[in-house]
Amino acid sequence: MSSGDEVSQTISKKSKKPQYSRFTQQELPACKPILTPGLVITTLISIGIIFIPIGLSSLSASENVVEIVDRYDDACVPSTGNDEAAKRERLSFIQNAKTNKTCIRNLVVPKKMKHPIYVYYQLDNFYQNHRRYVKSRSDRQYRSPKYEGDTKTCDPESEIDDHKPIVPCGLIAWSLFNDTYGISTKSNPVPINKKDIAWGSDKSSKFGSNVYPKNFQNQDPIGGGKLNESLPLSEQEDLLVWMRTAALPNFRKLYGRIETDLEANEKISVVIQNNYNTYSFDSRKQLVLSTTTWIGGKNDFLGKAYITVGGICLFLAIAFLLTYVIKPRPLGDPAYLSWNLNSAEL
Amino acid sequence: MDSNSNSYSQLQNENSSLPDFIRNSSSQRSTSSIQSFHSKASGGHSVKEDARLVYINDPEKTNEKFEFAKNSIRTGKYSILTFLPRNLFEQFHRVAYIYFLVIAILNQLPQLAVFGRGASIMPLAFVLLVTAVKDGYEDYRRHRSDNIENNRLAWVLVNDQFQQKKWKDMRVGEIVKISANETLPCDMVLLSTSDTTGVAYIQTTNLDGESNLKTRYAKQETQMKNPEKEKISGLIKCEKPNRNIYGFQANMEIDGKRVSLGPSNIILRGCELKNTSWALGIVVYAGGETKAMLNNSGAPSKRSRLETHMNREIIYLSIFLVVLCTIVSVCHGAWLRRHKDDLVLMQFYRKKDYSEPKVDDYNYYGWGMEIFFVFLMSVIVFQIMIPISLYISMELVRVGQAYFMIRDDRMYDKASNSRFQCRALNINEDLGQIKYVFSDKTGTLTENKMEFQCASIGGVDYSGGKAISEDEQTGYSLRVEGQVFRPKMKVKVDPELLSLSKQKHTDEGRHVHDFFIALAACNTIVPLTVETSDPALKLIDYQGESPDEQALVYAAAAYGFMLIERTSGHIVIDIQGERQRYNVLGLHEFDSDRKRMSVILGCPDNTFKVFVKGADTTMFNVIDRSLNSNTVKATEDHLHLYSSKGLRTLVVGMRDLSASEFEQWQSSYERASTALMGRAALLRKVAYNVETSLSILGASAIEDKLQQGVPEAIESLRNAGIKVWVLTGDKQETAISIGYSSKLLTSKMTQIVVNNNSKESCKKSLDDALVMCKKLTTDSDATRRGSGARKTEIALIIDGTSLVHILDTELEEQLFNLSSKCTVVLCCRVAPLQKAGIVALMKNRANEMTLAIGDGANDVSMIQMADVGIGISGQEGRQAVMASDFAMAQFRFLVPLLFVHGHWNYQRMSYMILYNVYRNAVFVLVLFWYALFTSFTLTTAITDWSSVLYSVIYTALPTIVVGVLDKDLSRTTLLRYPQLYGTGQRQESYNGKLFWVTIMDTLWQSIAAFFVPLLAYWGSDVDRSSLGDLWTIAVVILVNIHLAMDVVRWYWITHAAIWGSIVATFICVMVIDVLPFLPGYWAFFHIAGTKLFWACLFGITIAALVPRFVVKIFIQYFRPDDIQIARELEKVENSRESRDAEIEMNPIFDPPRR
Repeated sequence: MSSGDEVSQTISKKSKKPQYSRFTQQELPACKPILTPGLVITTLISIGIIFIPIGLSSLSASENVVEIVDRYDDACVPSTGNDEAAKRERLSFIQNAKTNKTCIRNLVVPKKMKHPIYVYYQLDNFYQNHRRYVKSRSDRQYRSPKYEGDTKTCDPESEIDDHKPIVPCGLIAWSLFNDTYGISTKSNPVPINKKDIAWGSDKSSKFGSNVYPKNFQNQDPIGGGKLNESLPLSEQEDLLVWMRTAALPNFRKLYGRIETDLEANEKISVVIQNNYNTYSFDSRKQLVLSTTTWIGGKNDFLGKAYITVGGICLFLAIAFLLTYVIKPRPLGDPAYLSWNLNSAEL
Repeated sequence: MDSNSNSYSQLQNENSSLPDFIRNSSSQRSTSSIQSFHSKASGGHSVKEDARLVYINDPEKTNEKFEFAKNSIRTGKYSILTFLPRNLFEQFHRVAYIYFLVIAILNQLPQLAVFGRGASIMPLAFVLLVTAVKDGYEDYRRHRSDNIENNRLAWVLVNDQFQQKKWKDMRVGEIVKISANETLPCDMVLLSTSDTTGVAYIQTTNLDGESNLKTRYAKQETQMKNPEKEKISGLIKCEKPNRNIYGFQANMEIDGKRVSLGPSNIILRGCELKNTSWALGIVVYAGGETKAMLNNSGAPSKRSRLETHMNREIIYLSIFLVVLCTIVSVCHGAWLRRHKDDLVLMQFYRKKDYSEPKVDDYNYYGWGMEIFFVFLMSVIVFQIMIPISLYISMELVRVGQAYFMIRDDRMYDKASNSRFQCRALNINEDLGQIKYVFSDKTGTLTENKMEFQCASIGGVDYSGGKAISEDEQTGYSLRVEGQVFRPKMKVKVDPELLSLSKQKHTDEGRHVHDFFIALAACNTIVPLTVETSDPALKLIDYQGESPDEQALVYAAAAYGFMLIERTSGHIVIDIQGERQRYNVLGLHEFDSDRKRMSVILGCPDNTFKVFVKGADTTMFNVIDRSLNSNTVKATEDHLHLYSSKGLRTLVVGMRDLSASEFEQWQSSYERASTALMGRAALLRKVAYNVETSLSILGASAIEDKLQQGVPEAIESLRNAGIKVWVLTGDKQETAISIGYSSKLLTSKMTQIVVNNNSKESCKKSLDDALVMCKKLTTDSDATRRGSGARKTEIALIIDGTSLVHILDTELEEQLFNLSSKCTVVLCCRVAPLQKAGIVALMKNRANEMTLAIGDGANDVSMIQMADVGIGISGQEGRQAVMASDFAMAQFRFLVPLLFVHGHWNYQRMSYMILYNVYRNAVFVLVLFWYALFTSFTLTTAITDWSSVLYSVIYTALPTIVVGVLDKDLSRTTLLRYPQLYGTGQRQESYNGKLFWVTIMDTLWQSIAAFFVPLLAYWGSDVDRSSLGDLWTIAVVILVNIHLAMDVVRWYWITHAAIWGSIVATFICVMVIDVLPFLPGYWAFFHIAGTKLFWACLFGITIAALVPRFVVKIFIQYFRPDDIQIARELEKVENSRESRDAEIEMNPIFDPPRR
């Protein structure tokens, strides 16, 4: 080829050659870790080493929790049968405002309980997360008297007959839990502190300190507890606790705190006002006295889970180590490339 | 001329009332037979409807009846007013958006309102907004460039004076003056140019990418006129605007004469005027009707194989979604049934509304409807099971991948100054799965830069050119008045032939003389004089569209037959220092049917001669063998010899025309060339008539040089398990020789040749070939077992004639069976449509990915047929590039394109699809598990906003970053081991099995993520929002760590994206929880203050990922795939390299950067 060819290539044309940069050439500096057997075994062993102690400590934390659980819903009603008649009787008992619903339960403290001892009520099979239920509230109304009439979302508990808004409106507030507990030891009553059982944030911002209950629970059907109309919502802590709807159908809610220790084998008696109707559906009520640790209440699951995972990882580490020893494969040996393997077999 | 001008004025009077064809015939009745023929030809309806009338220099009249498009262009799609409706309309053409919309609408029904209104519309609005902003910006840019274009100025004749006018105000019918180096504002018919002969040179780079100059001619009838002094008027009748940039048919009536106009008389918008100081033209198409604008269409759309497979899996996901929804709604139905007596007063249900005096059902529509509503609600809640965001992410990732492919400086060609081009944006990942490469030969494997090598003249072979060394030879030059003219390119000269060419009076001398006259004249080459730094030396540059012709003209010049000048009417050839003028009376252009071209010359001695050159197959049909059979025979032998050397051959013939023959030809030629309809066919017929009983002059042989790096590229492709097929229009011998030189064929291969003329013989030879194949493979099996010898490779060579009998018949199956056993297939003598047919055969039957690569117009059908079409932006024009999905400058770029970018694209995209499916499904499953604990009412613990932001903010960026940036292997490794490409061919990174494994993994991970908190908090006083926050964060951390586990290369961007997303999630969750009007107020801060929260989070992450991790390491270690080994190799070698401080270079697979 002659040289004249190049002459004609005018240089005036701007070169379109891509500007070189490590980015455009995809040559940015990069870290490319690779799972070497050593790294794998180290990882697995360290998971085991971290997990098992955590598991053990959470198990022991759970073990240290002293918990008294007493189911009282069937014991505190006159009839316990399973037939329709018994059920009707139970319902009429609970729905009648006149009946005396006081019920006394005697409990024994299994181990020494250090204060603070938390008093919970536990409801089982109570779907506080039911869609129709959770949506029936008006956070704006709860916060400010300005939005008193903002009850659209609260159906079917938004207004009373003459279209006056219910404050607090909605099914959640309507179904406020209203059993009460009074605890005493042999000699003297044990005071239950009901201050600061709700979240501080709820008290300060979510519920208004100038929003007072109105028209609440004064019309059939009555769903649950009544509210003191002279206290603003922000101070109705039972309501605030109740309004933090539970995530799961079996849940506890804080009732109060006992600020004194309970000794082991101490006998305590609880006077229960069994007002709350869980009998029209298949629900259970329990009273819970519990101490607490970092893991919360008594729950072995997390500890067991951690130990299991840690154990499995240790086992796998050993298994991997063994197979590695028995059948080693050098890293990056081209002989293992599939086309080399094929030709080697032939 | 008088009568003619009369008929013209008559025409003007008539044209408002009479239809076209009547006007034609009536006005031309008195004139010659040409016109009457014309009126017959144009008498059909099509002309009446299709012609466009342009009155020269009379835009008012031209635009009177039909308002032709003005010259303002609008490539922008929208105006400010139409933007919103049109853009929305276009966006909703996508199924994905409709799905979004339906879900959002469902959610607006009060009974179904699962999400807050804002939250439900957010994703759709976000996507629409992003797309609209993108479209809007693109449109703004188009508007801006339109504006610049429209406001450019040009000289337009107004009131007999040239005035400057904005482009947008120019109209059809106006006369425009263009100066040198100016861009043409619209499509114009040339009227006159500064050149006395009416030649104008234009460069069509903007239009078709070809940088050589093309010649356009003004008709002699208008060339002489000066519109500023005398008024020009006339009528041009031309086709309706169309997008064929290589075709134009019109005729012009001027001064009562009718003149035919063809593609050589029109200059198109976007071209530049060169080497011509001015040109006048009349606007025939303006603005959006110009050919350049009509050709401004987008790339063809194809869908990648990965996406097709993905769509199948999306259907599984839809089924899965329906199953989930059914489970929830059926369970809900059962729950309602069981509690049907309790519903009325149940605190958390309250079926009855007692707030009104009349007791009503409160939002209760009966058992059946409740189930139905729950079903619809669950569709809304679980909507992201169908990973709609995936489609959007995929588009973004492809844009990123395209960016890197375009910017790759190893796919930049310096010689043509062109980058890689991505024309289709949706099949990037197909590049990683190619199994068959169908390649054109000329211009693709070879450079299409032709070099004259040798000739056979009068039965004598002159191929001694090789003997001459460069230094001694200065080439032929010409001295005129102290100026030296020399051809720009030197050609090797055979001394014997050189001396012969100087003898004029021997028989051989005359033969040689005629041969070279034919070479110099029978073409469309234009000689240009180029100044050099030495004022006494001027170079003659032959510009033309065909490189073969260029080579031949240079050859003729080297032997002293120098083409000096060409106009539309004559050529001047300097023959051994003596200037001779030949009148070019007619030119029958090359077409693929005749495969030859001819020129009719009026020689200085007043004889008429026809010179023909063309492919040997068609030439020998028109050569009179009886004239000198010995010469014909000898030439045939030489041709065979040349083509076996891989040279391209052309046969040259001529004939003297007697006066009567000439007359006859001339009349029919003129008739044909002024015909408006079917001109090509008529001209072909005329050509057939004159190209007969030729006497043979000889044959020329041109070397078609292989492109740089082709043999290496083919070898790597073969190593990668890609089957390379070459489909060429060349002769079998040429094809085979190129096959050898490009290492496509090796001497070890067994060649099977199929050359048949009938279906029966085709069948037979295919059967035989199959039997032979079987025998060879079993033989080699036997030998392999014995000695470990290599498998016998078979090459199939088949020609176009046989393919005629095979394609579209039942023999296809046999051909398929045969060719799938062959390593190499060479198809020669194939027509463009056959190329597409072969591609279709393999594409449909083999179910493998096909890639077609070519550079010429004849490859267009093949490029469009193949799964991936690649155009070589080289010498032969731009049609192939226009039709292609990707375009590049050199064949060898195929190697980095497929092995590096294709591999990466495929790996990245496959992983991204799997990951996105997983990412969305794990979230949906967590929602689903929770629904089982809410008495199947689809309450979500995770807030609406988190559900919405999940695929927008929480997890969107890392997958895109990884999809664009992650590399499983380095470029060097991929090029060193072409076999690694096999992972894509075998679909190892995305297949049904992997999909289901991913789904199983997803299931486990969702179980871990959901049930660990559930059981840990079971029976505690945790509230819904807090637990929801835990689930949100757990899932987000999980999916991001999952991604982090699979990232191969950690760039800082990857780190930023992955860890940034987790941080962003925390921030978002916090922000959502400080809004007091949402139920979850402050929940996050409460739960995050407990140790249990963090213990859960940590436990979930590890527990969920351990199975994946373990499976991954066990596979990596005990059943490693090639990629894994190669990755380890990289690592091992890196450390070794840094120890030895030596860099390994691979000269073959890492071509030096140019």
